[in-house]
Amino acid sequence: MGFFDTTLGMFLIILAQCLMVLGFVMISLLVLVYGDRKVWGAVQMRRGPNVVGPWGILQTIADALKYVVKEVVVPAGADRTVFFLAPLASFILAVVAWAVIPFDETWILSDLNVAVLFVFAVSSLEVYGVIMGGWASNSKYPFLGALRSAAQMISYEVSIGFIIVGIIITTGSLSFVDIVLAQDGDWGFFSWYWLPHFPMVFLFFISALAETNRPPFDLPEAESELVAGYQVEYSSTPFLLFMAGEYIAIWLMCALTTLLFFGGWLSPVPGLPDGAIWFVAKMGFFFFLFAMVKAITPRYRYDQLMRLGWKVFLPMSLLWVVVVSFFAQYGAFGGTYARWVTGG
Amino acid sequence: MRGPLWGGYLRIVCGYCADVPDRAAKKGIEMGITLIAFYVFALTAVASALLVVLSRNPVHSVLWLILTFFSASAMFVLMGAEYLAMLLAIVYVGAVAVLFLFVVMMLDVDFAELKSGMQNYMLIGLLIGAVLLSELSLLYGHWVVASEAGSLLQSPTPALADAHNTVALGQIIYTDYIYLFQISGMILLVAMIGAIVLTLRHRGDVKRQNIVEQMHRDPSETMAVVNVKSGQGL
Repeated sequence: MGFFDTTLGMFLIILAQCLMVLGFVMISLLVLVYGDRKVWGAVQMRRGPNVVGPWGILQTIADALKYVVKEVVVPAGADRTVFFLAPLASFILAVVAWAVIPFDETWILSDLNVAVLFVFAVSSLEVYGVIMGGWASNSKYPFLGALRSAAQMISYEVSIGFIIVGIIITTGSLSFVDIVLAQDGDWGFFSWYWLPHFPMVFLFFISALAETNRPPFDLPEAESELVAGYQVEYSSTPFLLFMAGEYIAIWLMCALTTLLFFGGWLSPVPGLPDGAIWFVAKMGFFFFLFAMVKAITPRYRYDQLMRLGWKVFLPMSLLWVVVVSFFAQYGAFGGTYARWVTGG
Repeated sequence: MRGPLWGGYLRIVCGYCADVPDRAAKKGIEMGITLIAFYVFALTAVASALLVVLSRNPVHSVLWLILTFFSASAMFVLMGAEYLAMLLAIVYVGAVAVLFLFVVMMLDVDFAELKSGMQNYMLIGLLIGAVLLSELSLLYGHWVVASEAGSLLQSPTPALADAHNTVALGQIIYTDYIYLFQISGMILLVAMIGAIVLTLRHRGDVKRQNIVEQMHRDPSETMAVVNVKSGQGL
């Protein structure tokens, strides 16, 4: 019986695994913020951050340090407890969801059999950070931003839910590992779910933009109308937590797109070995798309946003669930939509 | 490959951590930890439920309510019903409580007035509470499951080893109880349409954007090229 079979050993292993996932998220956060700004810079023919460190790669660290050492300002009349609870909730919930994300077939903290629902539940709770922050600031702009955000996130959650239901019907399981393994086929890239669920890939990506309050749906923090929405009164570390939470949520959405539609850690070419490197590369590609969308699209108007969510995405995704159910039941396209029957 | 269920996960972690080779003793420790977790969550649920009623700020009340939902969800996990736990979190915490919070935040309530009113109703409230409590305790004191109740089940619950509870739940709902399930869906649909009908009003005095009309506009019917002499208007 080795050391790692003892109480302390088991505890240390679990702790180390948690820290590894957290470390991955934190390091990728540094790269993400930097990459985001570099992409916008390139699109707008600027150079982006280029002063701190070689090619400016240490810019994010410098910014984070700056936030941490600045003074925390609490507005008069703010509800102090809720005011500080909000950024914490936003950050912690964004990190918690990573517990069930598989990086490889066995590289996963906890392979829940309701993993998809867990991520969905956690991402639907992220709205609380925004609402609490907006309300506790005791100020008009944050409150308006919070109300907008709550309505927006709830609306797009509905269509994300229906899109995921289609995937679940095809897989017959709520576990991410099963979903990815069901996409493993002879044709590599073309066996993944993006092809059978083709229209839903776009819907999911756009809904993910809205769910994470990214442009063109960044109405909760529309500078020209609301200054910075629910973040107006936040400074220093609480603001840093809000921003980090936002980026981690975006990164999570990239991971979800990869797992649900683009085969997770599977390699796109049948001959090449699968591995976590594919997973991270695909996530990076989707983050690049997130950054590009921010750089090239103008902001939506609020009623347009609501119309898109409720009158376009919701009926389309609902219809798709019905269509997929029929395909799965009658084994259409050689059982492509019912991989729980054919065995993936 | 298949990871353990949630309740199982907790138990396995506890089991390993306990580091007891003897099976019976291990089982005892597992039970003990589950019991401790149960009491922690139950205590949180009851305490936060009390705070929902006692806290003076209605927004704080809703936040405590959210904690109550969470504790209830955690107790579902302890029972091994992780599907129900997730649904409770998604539906109640993720949607219903958000709407509560939404409404309560926009209320402009005078807390002092509310508090003074509470003193007047305290006695009658306590009376009703006492009656309810005694009724419930009398009821549960004599609660017996009839011996023939087991035979009324339309389909037996599959053992946890054979199917995850998500699968088991799905099989039962979509086979033997499909009519009840569909009826409850219809009731929800009717309630939703009713709510929309009650609140929908078309206002004639606001300008609305008709996107289809806008897209099909032709330059010829909306624009005209006019030669304007300089120094003169149209």
